[in-house]
Amino acid sequence: MSPTLSQRATRLQAVVIGMSAGGLEALSQMLRDMPEDFGLPLIVVQHVPENHPSQIVEIFQRLCSLQVDEARDKDRPKPGHLYFAPPGYHLQVEMDRTFSLSVDPRVHYARPSIDVLFDSAADVWGDQLAGILLTGANSDGAEGLHSIARYGGLTVVQEPTEALADTMPRSALKLFQPDYVLPLAGIRQLLLRMDR
Amino acid sequence: MPERALEIELRLLIEAVYLRYSYDFRNYAMASLKRRVVQALRTIGCSSVSELQGKILHDPQAFMALLQYLTIPVSEMFRDPAYYLALRTQVVPLLRTYPSLKIWIAGCSTGEEVYSMAILLKEEGLLERSLIYATDINPQSLERARQGVYTLDSIRAYTESYQKAGGKRLFSDYYTAAYDAVLMDKSLREHVTFADHSLATDSVFAETQFISCRNVLIYFDRALQDRAIGLFHESLGHRGFLGLGSKESLDFTSFAEQFEPVSKRERVFRKL
Repeated sequence: MSPTLSQRATRLQAVVIGMSAGGLEALSQMLRDMPEDFGLPLIVVQHVPENHPSQIVEIFQRLCSLQVDEARDKDRPKPGHLYFAPPGYHLQVEMDRTFSLSVDPRVHYARPSIDVLFDSAADVWGDQLAGILLTGANSDGAEGLHSIARYGGLTVVQEPTEALADTMPRSALKLFQPDYVLPLAGIRQLLLRMDR
Repeated sequence: MPERALEIELRLLIEAVYLRYSYDFRNYAMASLKRRVVQALRTIGCSSVSELQGKILHDPQAFMALLQYLTIPVSEMFRDPAYYLALRTQVVPLLRTYPSLKIWIAGCSTGEEVYSMAILLKEEGLLERSLIYATDINPQSLERARQGVYTLDSIRAYTESYQKAGGKRLFSDYYTAAYDAVLMDKSLREHVTFADHSLATDSVFAETQFISCRNVLIYFDRALQDRAIGLFHESLGHRGFLGLGSKESLDFTSFAEQFEPVSKRERVFRKL
């Protein structure tokens, strides 16, 4: 018998999250009260301007109790940590479960690109990965989330009517039917259930 | 989880490239390589990586087409202007004390960084006594670097970076525009030697005082990063300088203790 959604949610290894316009506010609502010993690494691509130093790490250090870091080349993602892709670099996960960065051309006009992170993470973690796609005014992330679904991973899309910009969630829904379409409060509950 | 067919095909392709053409991508970070190969499949017209492997083994032209994907040129002039500012303020004053300079730009791609460095050296009065080695593994990229022709669109973006990097003149002093392209001033090239060199398979060719290798190491696994830094360490003379990309470090290499940071933020190091 194939495992139920709840069973799948309890044996994950990592969570990848993608967002663009309106994403910071959405993410901070979602991660509020996340326990500092959350059992999985959370890896985020947020579209940001390339040539400006990003304040995102400092902002989230104040907003949540997780350990917040910019993802570094060759680092191994750890549970309880929230990682952000650096501006101007694609973030990927390698087969040995370490991060790698690249300055390859932009994908969907974006570097970092959500698709690039999601595709590589799907390769590595297969059905032990959850992908969450939030608000955004761009279709980056839809194909990557679809890859996660094809490898048996758990897929979550923010309810488009709630999203500040609904292009990103709607692009995913046009491609395939994810496991969950939820408002932020629901995604938060789901995340807490993923925490073993 | 058993290895998927695509991962096996990729490893075999990389091995075939090495055995047939001596280009060694075996220690490259696989995630980027995979994306690049998948893109190459579409344009080279193959339905699988195995088919591509068969094709490149028998057709050197198909291999050259694949090589353009495996080594996608992704360079910009004065990328990260603060890096060039750090060079001006913290490295140039020490380079001035040498009667002659050898500078190595490793992984120079289509030459954007080479021209940036030549402009900086010229403005600091050091270009006349410098020899710049600009190396890459892709002969087509090297040829484009040698020609020094760039699109007018890209030059507009570089102009802002040039100014932020502490540029002392007008960026347009360094090129001639024609239609939608520009040709870089050939005096910038007079002190540059472009050469084919692989950080994966070749050895050191000269003693240098400064090496700039930016956003190349991120494409390597740890073993190959170590090899590359080893080459730089060997090539650099006493107290020579090493500049890396803004997200690259020596932390994961076995040479971490053999360099000191000159500008931690801009990733400029000095040999101890």
